[in-house]
Amino acid sequence: MSRFKKNGKKETPELNMGSMSDIIFMFLFFFMVITTMREASLKVHFTPPQATEIQKLEKKSLVANIYVGAPISKNENTLPPGEVSVQLNDQTIKAEELVSDVRDFIGTEKESRDAQDRDKLTFSLKVDKDVQMRYVNTIKQELRKNNALKINYAAGKRAN
Amino acid sequence: MSTRKTPGLNTGASADISFLLLTFFLLTSSINTEQGIPRKLPPPKADDTEEVKADINKRNVLNVLVNYLDQISVNGEVMPVSELKDKAKEFFSNPTNDPSLPEKVNKPIEGIGDFAVSKGVVSLTNDQGTSYNMYVQVQNELQRAVNELRDETSLQYFGKKYDALDSAAQRAVTAAIPMSISEAPPMDWSKGGAQ
Repeated sequence: MSRFKKNGKKETPELNMGSMSDIIFMFLFFFMVITTMREASLKVHFTPPQATEIQKLEKKSLVANIYVGAPISKNENTLPPGEVSVQLNDQTIKAEELVSDVRDFIGTEKESRDAQDRDKLTFSLKVDKDVQMRYVNTIKQELRKNNALKINYAAGKRAN
Repeated sequence: MSTRKTPGLNTGASADISFLLLTFFLLTSSINTEQGIPRKLPPPKADDTEEVKADINKRNVLNVLVNYLDQISVNGEVMPVSELKDKAKEFFSNPTNDPSLPEKVNKPIEGIGDFAVSKGVVSLTNDQGTSYNMYVQVQNELQRAVNELRDETSLQYFGKKYDALDSAAQRAVTAAIPMSISEAPPMDWSKGGAQ
């Protein structure tokens, strides 16, 4: 009197994969929140100086980067006497166009933000530690002339 | 009417799709955060007006000079960068009310009460040939001096370190210990140098 028919073969039950994608999506959102899109590829060597009293910038969307350092390739535009390049967006700028390019850069960066965020826009100076101050001073002067007063000296964390 | 069962969709592949997205974001993004020493530049001066040197008492100024060899002199005294922090701290706090160190003015500050605020200003001059690294180190040491003083004041009045305070208390402490650095136009040693 067998009520229960027994199958000869036991099949492993199929796993429900539906929630697997949810888990992966959670990963995805986590990474999207904590990371930034890699900006323009670097055209200059940039090793930040190390400091102890560094602060994190609050909003990454309100940061515009200015890179200063030795050019990676020989074809880049340099400032005289030809050892240092300034990179705005994704290209190095010519010495004679420095003033106008920096002005345009500040203008476009400000315009691409909402009106109430414009004052919070920070210009992060990512300057190589071996660069002489004369280049930094020139850029600072231009920033000041164009009323871009919030700046940041990018630096790495040093233990002590 | 018999209810028809909808056939189960095979959703195994959607995990693969989201994996693909995940790897794309992993490759195109960088975790390194924006960090550094924040500073405010002075507002631009009106054209053709020479910057009027404010009549500041000599005792209220700490002259920090960095030359093209990255050597530091503070009020005419050469010192290594490691001693700058203590010097600046002594300058800003003036614990013994030394007449050669900056004067203090009693100001009412919300949340703290009357506080003797230092009138000291650090005047920072660098050479065009100074390395950026040294410049950041000097800024860092000055910032460290102010941060330590702010921590001490916070502990004294609020019992917590500056970073742990709420924003109103932080504003009060910032008003009590202002960070005043004034940057002079740079010298240029290679061109004979304006001293």
